[in-house]
Amino acid sequence: MTPRFALLDCNNFYCSCERVFNPRLIGVPVVVLSNNDGCVVARSEEAKGLGIPMGAPAFKNQELFTKNGVQVFSSNYTLYGDMSARVMNTVRTMVQHIEVYSIDEAFLTFDASQGESFAQALRAKVRRWTGLPVSVGIGPTKTLAKLANRWAKKNPRLNGVFDLAAARADEILARIECQDIWGIGRRTAAKLAKAGIRTARDLKLADIPWIRNELGVVGERIARELNGISCLAMEEVLASKKAIASARSFGHQVESIEEIQQALSTYIARVAEKLRAGKMLASRMEVFVETNPFKPESPQYHASAQATFMPPTDHTPALISKGLELLSKIYRQGFEYKKTGVMVTELIPEDSVQGSLFDEGSEDQQKHLQSVVDQLNQKLGQNTVRYASMGMRQTWKMRQERKSKCYTTKWDELLVVGAS
Amino acid sequence: MNIDPPVSFEGRISRSIPLFAGTVPAGFPSPADDYVEKGIDLNEQLVRNPISTFFVRAKGDSMKDAGIASGDILVVDKSITAADKQIVVAMLDGEFTVKRLRRRNNRVFLESGNPEFPPREITPDHDLVIWGVVTFVIHQPK
Repeated sequence: MTPRFALLDCNNFYCSCERVFNPRLIGVPVVVLSNNDGCVVARSEEAKGLGIPMGAPAFKNQELFTKNGVQVFSSNYTLYGDMSARVMNTVRTMVQHIEVYSIDEAFLTFDASQGESFAQALRAKVRRWTGLPVSVGIGPTKTLAKLANRWAKKNPRLNGVFDLAAARADEILARIECQDIWGIGRRTAAKLAKAGIRTARDLKLADIPWIRNELGVVGERIARELNGISCLAMEEVLASKKAIASARSFGHQVESIEEIQQALSTYIARVAEKLRAGKMLASRMEVFVETNPFKPESPQYHASAQATFMPPTDHTPALISKGLELLSKIYRQGFEYKKTGVMVTELIPEDSVQGSLFDEGSEDQQKHLQSVVDQLNQKLGQNTVRYASMGMRQTWKMRQERKSKCYTTKWDELLVVGAS
Repeated sequence: MNIDPPVSFEGRISRSIPLFAGTVPAGFPSPADDYVEKGIDLNEQLVRNPISTFFVRAKGDSMKDAGIASGDILVVDKSITAADKQIVVAMLDGEFTVKRLRRRNNRVFLESGNPEFPPREITPDHDLVIWGVVTFVIHQPK
């Protein structure tokens, strides 16, 4: 029998992570804010109940938070990353084939004998080993597994697990809007609605050539997957990354190019570290700056610039000097900047590059220096050894006023338990 | 393998020499090279299940006779189902606490390891969640 797919997904992941280490958060509304405490990126069920929308800007909701005793946290990606790894590794003790899809979800392959009761056992194990609640949806395709997961979450009486095979699937598909299907965005949903296709069931029954015409192969694939024809395989081997980016908002408005240079250099150094960790070289780089769109009364400006590396590189100084050159092209005086960032694309594996005619002979030495710097930073903390252009004071640093402790990764931030 | 030239950094960070140094140019290979084993790793002894193990710090002296002093690091395994007499980290009424779990005739108690702290019976009025079982205590002698 053909294998089936399951989607395992942590419920309100960031909020749930906070709760594992703080019992006072249980049963009360909790939200987690994006980098720089900008907007809401995770909500507990209680917070959803208060009508706090995803993406709500924090500063506009201060009053709502205070009035309802909402517990507000800065995002603690160190903690969430560690807890995510624990969840995935727990799953691996029971399931052989797993594709980690994001920090809080994974596709799994189930065989014919593995249904709702197996999924419940999996769910219980993750809960016991990590303290985190998860939901599992099961279906003949990835798209249907994803919908089944959504259904499990929406219906608390299902206890976090739902197998589409165990139900009359069409009845359920008829109750799911197109917009909630994996891969269908709001614009596509609007287009479909115009043609009278409103629910997942409508899309399942739609004319495939028509879909291909209107939505292309991606849309066609979704329609086929809704019909139980698996078009999306498991991607267990992490496909090599296509791009690496680092961008963050400043802690305050920044005007001078020096401060932006410092921030940008730091992000580029981070990107370069990631390149080397993944044994990749970058062929292209894009740098951008922007002002604060939430302050329409201030003059607005955003711009980006690109450059090509020939030969491709992972060398921090080369990346930084190119990045700063791009910045000088797009920087304009007289604006209050809110954000800058860098993205490298067209990445290629380090070992696929042959020596170039223009190579400088000192490559090995450069490599050695880089690896010593990376090791020091790994041991002593990010940016311990840094390039001078990254700045010594870093006044632009991001705001994280309400971050919880790094309970699982720092000795001096361990959870304290009372013995009194 | 060559010995790398020393790299100088601000604050003089010394570089440790790897255990397996290999041959030094113009010297004899070490007769011990073939017998090098990886060092002893405390994690192997203290952490049976890394996925479900967390380190926490105890504060207070209610468990001093049970071998837990204030400031000790506790190795806590969440995957173990707590049995009678085991030391557990629990969430009791919104607070973390470390105590010995006792089950007697369908009654549940949390006992301390200090005569000054009497045992507490857990009644349905309490909100108790066992967070994990303490498997080791890391204590620094005074």
